[in-house]
Amino acid sequence: MTAAPEHAPTMARTTLRDRLAPYAPFLLVPALAVAGFLAVQNPASWLTLTVSGLAMGMMIFIMASGLTLVFGLMDVINFGHGAFVSVGAFVGISVLLALGQMTGAPSLGLNLLAVLAAVLAAMAATATMGWAFERVIVKPVYGNHLSQILVTMGGLIIAEQLIIVLWGPEEIYFTRPETLKGALTFGDAAIEKYRLVAVGVGLVVFAAMRFVLRRTKIGLIVRAGVQNGEMVAALGYRLRLVFVGVFIAGSALAGLGGVMWGLYQEVITAHMGNQAMILIFIVVIIGGLGSVEGCFVGALLVGLLQNYIAFVEPKLALISNIALMVAILMWRPMGMIPVVKAK
Amino acid sequence: MSDPILKIEGICTNIAQYHILQGVDLVVPRGGVTMLLGRNGVGKTTTLRSVIGHWRAHEGRILFDGQDITQLPTAAIARAGLGFVPEDMGIFADLTVEENMILAAISGPIDPARLDWIFAAFPPLKTFWKSEAGTLSGGQKQMLSIARAMAEERKLYLIDEPTKGLAPAIISTMARALKDLKDQGASILMVEQNFAVAKALGDTANVMDDGRVIWSGAMEALANDARLQEQLMGLSMEAHST
Repeated sequence: MTAAPEHAPTMARTTLRDRLAPYAPFLLVPALAVAGFLAVQNPASWLTLTVSGLAMGMMIFIMASGLTLVFGLMDVINFGHGAFVSVGAFVGISVLLALGQMTGAPSLGLNLLAVLAAVLAAMAATATMGWAFERVIVKPVYGNHLSQILVTMGGLIIAEQLIIVLWGPEEIYFTRPETLKGALTFGDAAIEKYRLVAVGVGLVVFAAMRFVLRRTKIGLIVRAGVQNGEMVAALGYRLRLVFVGVFIAGSALAGLGGVMWGLYQEVITAHMGNQAMILIFIVVIIGGLGSVEGCFVGALLVGLLQNYIAFVEPKLALISNIALMVAILMWRPMGMIPVVKAK
Repeated sequence: MSDPILKIEGICTNIAQYHILQGVDLVVPRGGVTMLLGRNGVGKTTTLRSVIGHWRAHEGRILFDGQDITQLPTAAIARAGLGFVPEDMGIFADLTVEENMILAAISGPIDPARLDWIFAAFPPLKTFWKSEAGTLSGGQKQMLSIARAMAEERKLYLIDEPTKGLAPAIISTMARALKDLKDQGASILMVEQNFAVAKALGDTANVMDDGRVIWSGAMEALANDARLQEQLMGLSMEAHST
């Protein structure tokens, strides 16, 4: 065969700014940490706040990552995502309370085993619930955003009421497993052990998601589906099955996030998922709909900013995240790391 | 004549309130290139999209290799052996060229010999193998789109305007690659507005107007009859090819 003419395009020399542009969102996290240091001015307080902000960010990321993929893949706005957070927390904490002897023992191994059992139970429950939620509530309203908002909010309300029926209307207070209580001290800074655990779990989840999305074929299908689902189907992949899988995995992650959020606050309520949805939506929007990396960076920014502002100027804490969202959308209207959608 | 690879019987397809296809009858023989011609907006792209299942025909039926695929999901139609190159190329911009090709090979890793053949047809794809597809030029994106369809042997290739908006040098590349595919015995149903390419590649031609096929016959017969071209499409191919 006659070969096509070789293309030898002349590439323009890229400037340092051009080369840094893709990484700019990632650089915002250390930049915010530096700004926080200048604002707080006390190294010990800054370290405590930074770890607290990172831990909070990681938990929001775990809760939000499923939602961003669901939206990116099937254009589904799921206001009911918070239900998985609440149900995950109640199932997980119920398991922990049932394993009181293990959580009360001063043994790291027994404590971690109890937490692992709680997490697995919560993820299994929310994965099953996610499967049912998709079939019954989401499937009939594909392609209709208004109906999606209405029925998924309805699903959230039903789930909250079911929690009240099953666990009662009162808040449930509890304490963390014995070895996760207390703090480690670094100089004058005291850092809660649990927050370090939360940061570690968040990093592991992010790394695992990156691996699946970047290094496996199912990850390729998901990433391609977020950009152009129609073409993925035309290549022979059953996108609906992929979507159901992502919905279930996202629900399970929200359940994991619910357990972690509950352990962080040491109190759970039926409405905790609904309350977390504001932060989750902010993170999903500023990250770029459908972008896991954007969701990760967005969650860290939200966590850090909220902690710094609450310390420096508590009255502004309530609006800090909205202000962050406005600022980022003015800079990048499609979010920090937008997914290139097919037209 | 052997059984056709594709037989479309009186399909009607609506898009919203518009009746785009109004009883399309079309036969694609096994082997060779079947051209689908006609003015803009007569339903050529809708015909291809109805075959692959992106839009549903509400009347008529589509037989592919003897099987009724009219109501099958798109993925099942593709797995039955259809390769699709859409008009907008449909590349995954955030994925690398390599990742686009990996996805295109649904039954496993791409055969190395087939990949060499694709690289021989489209050398830029080898050069930019690890680059994000979104950074390619328009011509390179079209090469990738066609290469994706060629990643595995298909029973039928549906190709929608492969030369649209491309420079003459790239059009030659496309035409050569498609000629090579045809010479290997592939069956191709192609929408094409570039009459020089249509004339060079086409074995049979179907001309559409107002959502129907109004003429079918040998490409050569159409190409050599300026009056027929004027009558069917309102212009002469010769005049349009220059």
